[in-house]
Amino acid sequence: MIKISKFLLIATLLFAVACSTEDDGDNGGDSNGGDNFDRGEMLANWADNIIVPSFVAFQEETQKLEDIAKAFAENPGTTELNVLRAQYKVAYQEFQTVEMFQIGKAEELNYRSFLNTYPTKTENIESKIASGSYNLELPSNFAEQGFPALDYLLYSYGSTEETLEVFAANPEYINYIVAVTERINALTTEVTASWEGDYRDTFVNNTSSSSTGSVDRFTNDYVMYFEKILRSGKIGYPAGAFTGSPSPTNVEALYAGDISKNLYLQALDSFEDFYYGVKVNGGENGLSYYQYLKYMQDATSSESITASIADQFSAIRAQSSELDSNLKSQVETDNSKMLAAFDELQKEVVLLKVDMMQALSISVDYVDSDGD
Amino acid sequence: MQLSLSKYLKKTTEAAPLAVFRLFFGFMMFASIVRFWLNGWIEKLYIAPKFFFSYYGFEWVKPLGDFTYLLFIFCGIAALMVAVGYKYRVAIILFFLSFTYIELIDKTTYLNHYYFISILSFLMIFLPANAYFSIDAWRNPARAFQKIPQWCIDAIKLLLGIVYFYAGLAKINSDWLFKAMPLKIWLPSKYDLPLLGDLMQEEWVHYAFSWSGMLYDLFIPFLLLWKRTRFIAFLMVIVFHVLTRVLFPIGMFPFIMIVSALIFFSPQVHHKILNFISKWFRISKHRFDNLKIYQFSGIKKKVSISVLSVFFVIQLLFPWRYLLYPGELFWTEEGFRFSWRVMLMEKAGYAQFKVVNAETGNRFYVDNSDFLTPFQEKQMSFQPDFILQYAHFLADHFEKDGHENIEIYVENYVALNGRKSTPYIDPEVNLLNFADSFKHKTFILPFEDEIKGL
Repeated sequence: MIKISKFLLIATLLFAVACSTEDDGDNGGDSNGGDNFDRGEMLANWADNIIVPSFVAFQEETQKLEDIAKAFAENPGTTELNVLRAQYKVAYQEFQTVEMFQIGKAEELNYRSFLNTYPTKTENIESKIASGSYNLELPSNFAEQGFPALDYLLYSYGSTEETLEVFAANPEYINYIVAVTERINALTTEVTASWEGDYRDTFVNNTSSSSTGSVDRFTNDYVMYFEKILRSGKIGYPAGAFTGSPSPTNVEALYAGDISKNLYLQALDSFEDFYYGVKVNGGENGLSYYQYLKYMQDATSSESITASIADQFSAIRAQSSELDSNLKSQVETDNSKMLAAFDELQKEVVLLKVDMMQALSISVDYVDSDGD
Repeated sequence: MQLSLSKYLKKTTEAAPLAVFRLFFGFMMFASIVRFWLNGWIEKLYIAPKFFFSYYGFEWVKPLGDFTYLLFIFCGIAALMVAVGYKYRVAIILFFLSFTYIELIDKTTYLNHYYFISILSFLMIFLPANAYFSIDAWRNPARAFQKIPQWCIDAIKLLLGIVYFYAGLAKINSDWLFKAMPLKIWLPSKYDLPLLGDLMQEEWVHYAFSWSGMLYDLFIPFLLLWKRTRFIAFLMVIVFHVLTRVLFPIGMFPFIMIVSALIFFSPQVHHKILNFISKWFRISKHRFDNLKIYQFSGIKKKVSISVLSVFFVIQLLFPWRYLLYPGELFWTEEGFRFSWRVMLMEKAGYAQFKVVNAETGNRFYVDNSDFLTPFQEKQMSFQPDFILQYAHFLADHFEKDGHENIEIYVENYVALNGRKSTPYIDPEVNLLNFADSFKHKTFILPFEDEIKGL
């Protein structure tokens, strides 16, 4: 009898331990002694030195964009239109530095879809402008706003004179432009405010190693961004990689044209800088994937994943230098170079999604079902 | 030999251990089914996917759409009936069939321990687990027996022994023992465990876990069998499985194994457990204590013994089938399933399929997320039988779409136990030239390293 109660007691105790560790949500303590890699510090570096400053910088540009659009509405002249066009380009370029951060408020708001769904639905835009009634807050209107809509409205009608003529025919055009810039700015302000408010701590303190922890969730988003948004979105779809027929109308910034390659390169640079932990406002690099992989490699003495990833970034860049500054022209004149760019990006996807995630023991987002 | 065998088959023992086993097994299964449902996995795994990876030879097992819920309800009810021993034989057959059907729907969700549950429930069909402390026995005293043949309990011990021992043998390989892989990858990522987080970063811990895991699996069946080490062994069982539960997302399985290990204890222990339960639920246990011995009727005995003999021969031989295939088992996975290779490797892949028109040379890539769930895509990307199945599915799909002269190629990279990812399937091979079979798949590229072991 004594024996039985002894192991009932032990069993109960152990069950209690086991159950208490089940579904560990946000209880990651900073248990970092010795020379362990500090994931909490990495999260803090990401938030404080990269994500938040990037959003702050971008929000300045979206604010400017809205102000300039309103100034243009006040006084729709050639100079004002040129200023607006220029600011659109600056803001779109800056957007590439935050596009990958689809977590927290951005995820909740579907931020990326509202700001950058392309190709934009031009007919819908025209009919909305004609009717004068629209609600940009509906998710069904992803493809009628954001930068691609602005791109269409500012560049698709031809020269400044022709564009101004179109706008003069129906004042609703300019109202729509203002509405689009307001929406871009409002969403960006909301996301930035959330990072500057509670969300930064929520993000940084969630050092849990489970699939709900910040490192796991963010990494999944980050790698997914590279694969689906950067590789497929900016290069693959226009090149017709998934259909077999090139589709120049799928290029980012289709109407402004010659900025498309720069947008892509900016996205690539920002992505790579993030990987190395490059701080937006200068200073020595902080902790990020590169350092994390180094730490794990020293432990596992496996072949150098970091070297492969770095080499591949170089290869992508070397190949991209051959691309026309207007990706639409590139697709139309020599699509094989676009497909080559896709293949180079593809190799990096493998390294990030297979090698990096395996080395860091981060599981690819899937059903959180049991393992073996 | 012949004599001792028939003598052994005549040996009897208390039915209590089997009754306890049945009770806990049933309730654990019920809890698992409920947990599965509550986690939303029925929808996610069996209803949401557009395409299912069926097992070779079991293509006729189809997903049932919303009726899958009904299947789970059947399975859950059957598990409860097994637990309380109500219409036991029907219940265990229903459980075996419904559970196995669920598992056969999609290979993606294959887990060793689901397979274990399937074969264990098959085994239990032939055991008189309702002879004691069951509703069946309560309602019909003529069918209540305090004692049963010894082999009925030993059969479960044997199955558990096979699972452990084979899992131990599988761990005798150079990656596991001399590189501490994959634990070297898995453990450091548990940095946030209270008390253990920092330890998990230490290399010696990775090796210690690897070696002790191997030794544990190999020896635990014997330590449980031997009376003098039994209690310590049981504590080891608890510690080991709770630890795995803490470290890895393996759901209910550790608890199932802990409870199963009770079968090794003497009948006295089980009587105490049943006394405890009886007190709790005001069941008069003495009603079952009738000293009667359960005897298999002639034909039943013949059938049971022969079926189970064949069953165990298969269980003992089947895990070795990988020896019939060339190449590294971990790489090709030919003969990897159904052989107790549990938490043995870290493998990940990326597969990009190319659809080519043989006539025009026109080609395009497939976006896997159009057809597969992320979980399916993950599993498909490093298992050749999945890759082949999926290639044929894609061909059918695009043919319906009006594409002609289809060839399917795959650019596929796989990383195994922390090695750099390398090409996995020959990218020059049109996968449609191959049909799935148990034959060696020649389109798998060779593994560029060596893993020594059994």
